[in-house]
Amino acid sequence: MSFELPKLPYQKSALEPYISEKTIEFHYGKHHQAYVNNLNNLTKGSPFENSDLEEIIKKADGGIFNNGAQVWNHTFYFGQFSKDGCKEPMDQLKEAIESSFGSFDKFVEEFSKAAATLFGSGWAWLVRNDDGSLAIVQTGNAGNPLRDGQKPLLTCDVWEHAYYLDKQNARPKYIEDFWKIVDWKVISKRFSEI
Amino acid sequence: MAFELPKLGYDYTALEPHIDARTMEIHHTKHHAGYTNNLNNAIVSTALEGKSIEEILKGTSGHSTAVRNNGGGYYNHDLYWKVIAPGGSPKPEGVLQDALNEYFGSLENFREAFVQAAVTRFGSGWAWLVLQDKKLVVSSTPNQDNPLMDVAEVQGVPLLGIDVWEHAYYLKYQNRRPDYVNAFWNLINWDEVARRFKG
Repeated sequence: MSFELPKLPYQKSALEPYISEKTIEFHYGKHHQAYVNNLNNLTKGSPFENSDLEEIIKKADGGIFNNGAQVWNHTFYFGQFSKDGCKEPMDQLKEAIESSFGSFDKFVEEFSKAAATLFGSGWAWLVRNDDGSLAIVQTGNAGNPLRDGQKPLLTCDVWEHAYYLDKQNARPKYIEDFWKIVDWKVISKRFSEI
Repeated sequence: MAFELPKLGYDYTALEPHIDARTMEIHHTKHHAGYTNNLNNAIVSTALEGKSIEEILKGTSGHSTAVRNNGGGYYNHDLYWKVIAPGGSPKPEGVLQDALNEYFGSLENFREAFVQAAVTRFGSGWAWLVLQDKKLVVSSTPNQDNPLMDVAEVQGVPLLGIDVWEHAYYLKYQNRRPDYVNAFWNLINWDEVARRFKG
């Protein structure tokens, strides 16, 4: 099975000024593309040649895991943004967030802290546990919560390449701007489709 | 006594075109300064206050994550600024040259191993030339870990280190880490590496 770079669901400039066109050009056009290329090269002739990304995330190790998970993570990340999107969670997701974190504001605060304090390269996630509760988790490097049986709903890439051209060392500023482009319609849909 | 952000032995522009002035300034005044402050905050009024950084790193397995991350970040960047210099310096000579030849076959073979370690470290981290039981080896560590730490896979004395966190090269090289690593090679201050080797 050959993996392909999914189409970006908006123009590269669509998230300006929060995420610059230049950052998207590199992040999507170079990093995401490289993970796809590496994964195709590594899976060829391997036991994962016919696996889908989820199986790779759950079972693979080393380079196949790293590149497979990064392909999935970036598709999930790029797929959740719009400047004109819904600014707050809706319906059942809204209730679930309030029940798990007290309030939407409290959730934003906790998620932002998780994203700001992940040391090195990695991701912050909002996930749904098996029992239906929501949780915030951090994963290092290519880590993905599917590996631990949790269902991802929202993610923030805190590899420096996600923000360094725009914000340099000011990761908290990137996280602040991240909230201005998360489209909660997408996140609510992900939640309802689990 | 609290740790202080070391001054650089050259200007921020001095490593151009290999490392640009803006990267140097942010790397030193924001990243390195951040690790220094956070390290001081992590050890203030603890048993670690007043100990040398080497002594602190040696006992990493017994310390907090904040000490591991920021102690490593403080030490690693200090080493980084010293093992590079404007224009680099002539190729290794004498006992260091002999040792590189003995353990890698040639300087070129060492270069290949070092570049490979730096390019393939996934995520944030460092690649090293390490003196381990009188032998020279190449290794890499994640995040701000280093060979002095008792948690490192390869333990020993770091002689040369390259920062491969994206913050070390992203403004100039973006996703092209190999270009940065090759540029770094031109800046290596072999006199300083030799000094550490003779220890």
